[in-house]
Amino acid sequence: MSVITKASQSAVYDDGVVRGFAIMSVIYGVVGMLVGVIIAAQLTWPELNMGIEWLSYGRLRPLHTNAVIFAFGGCVLFASSYYVVQRTCHTKLFLNKLAWFTFWGWNLVIVAAVVTLPMGLTQGKEYAELIWPIDLLIAVVWVSYAVVFFGTVGIRKVRHIYVANWFFGAYIIAVALLHIFNNIQIPTSATHSYSVYAGVQDAMMQWWYGHNAVGFFLTAGFLGMMYYFIPKQAQRPVYSYRLSILHFWSLIFIYIWAGPHHLHYTSLPDWAQTLGMTFSIMLWMPSWGGMINGLMTLSGAWDKLRTDPVIRMMVVAIAFYGMSTFEGPLMSIRAVNALSHYTDWTIGHVHSGALGWVGFISFGAIYCLVPWLWKKDRLYSNQLVEWHFWIATTGILLYICAMWVSGIMEGLMWREYTPQGFLANSFVETVAAKHVENVIRMVGGLMYLAGALIMSYNLWRTVRLPSPASAAATPAPALIPAE
Amino acid sequence: MDVLYLLIPISVLLVFAIIGVFWWALQKGQFDNIEREGDRILRGD
Repeated sequence: MSVITKASQSAVYDDGVVRGFAIMSVIYGVVGMLVGVIIAAQLTWPELNMGIEWLSYGRLRPLHTNAVIFAFGGCVLFASSYYVVQRTCHTKLFLNKLAWFTFWGWNLVIVAAVVTLPMGLTQGKEYAELIWPIDLLIAVVWVSYAVVFFGTVGIRKVRHIYVANWFFGAYIIAVALLHIFNNIQIPTSATHSYSVYAGVQDAMMQWWYGHNAVGFFLTAGFLGMMYYFIPKQAQRPVYSYRLSILHFWSLIFIYIWAGPHHLHYTSLPDWAQTLGMTFSIMLWMPSWGGMINGLMTLSGAWDKLRTDPVIRMMVVAIAFYGMSTFEGPLMSIRAVNALSHYTDWTIGHVHSGALGWVGFISFGAIYCLVPWLWKKDRLYSNQLVEWHFWIATTGILLYICAMWVSGIMEGLMWREYTPQGFLANSFVETVAAKHVENVIRMVGGLMYLAGALIMSYNLWRTVRLPSPASAAATPAPALIPAE
Repeated sequence: MDVLYLLIPISVLLVFAIIGVFWWALQKGQFDNIEREGDRILRGD
């Protein structure tokens, strides 16, 4: 499955597997977001589970998170890392057959998740719900992914390893490590197992995994996309390559110890909580350095924000990256966490990162990749990208504003005492109080889903566009000299 | 907090590994003329 991309160099790249992952990412994105809208509606109208246990909130919620993070996000990561590593290393994939194995293996993992999670088969660990046989398959696929990726870097034809590959490489190694250590389980049957850790030990391991999954899966990998697709689409080099190197090394040095901030005011020792909080605050520096670097890549080409909705989408993604990496350390401060933890504020924070940063940078990467991979000189319709952009952006704002309001309200209601010293509100009263916010949240999610459907249609029509006469249809790298 | 006897060594080992890779990158000249590398991806692939 190879295609000639550049007649002048006769370089041949393995793009078949990239196309496969790109298609699946769009399908899984729509499905995962649809499940998200369904469970948001269930929070408002619980009857919507129709009394069927497979459709109950507790079973669909992990299906939503697994579908959007590992199915949608995972496929975008596979597609973009396989694409970028070949282009920047000037070589084909190392072991293309093994790359195809990762494609089928990863899809098998997703199908297994879609079957087991609604059946209620779970390990009960957030973002690591999948039962032990699936965990084994993930480990095998992931190690193969590492072999393909690092093998390709190993056979590169250029000496320098482009910064995006460093981010992809770190994400692949970190996720392997996290996944293996968090899923050490003793099986009791084909579908059930016990964690080898217990109590607070297990909680610490779980959030060491959980937070670094955010840090490496949902941040480092997508930063790799930022450092390739934004320069490519804007035809401008990274604002400061030096800063991107600093961004990479400082981020991976600091990230690994931020996890305990998920366990404030628990039986985790205070010093460990403080350590997690301190490292979280230190993360402000590399995160904002990277954000500024991404944004300033547009310097001298800001007019493209007006004319190219794909660039605008990726720039807004960076803005959300900056916003959620500011909000995250803020929420990790113990005093703030006392108000925010377990409330909708956390959900709003996660979604400003997931919908704004991860989602938008992924859409941007897919909008770039599809015309490049299918040898078209343009997208079917930039106007539809405009519609996608504005509908989805409005949806995100509705979602996160509703969650800020309901989260802070919830936090304040939980800590409200009567003059006699009793808690003023029962839990169900706080649920009733956020009814309107829950409806707004569902509408926001529905708008985001509508945007993804518009994108799917646009990409489908792009693939079906007649191919331009020239085979070397990749956008001509017309370099404008820096002023 | 027995789990810390696992997590701290893993994290420390990881940091040493990161330092090792950083050292390798320095020695291999990955950071020589780095501002030029940003331009290269724009010049065709």
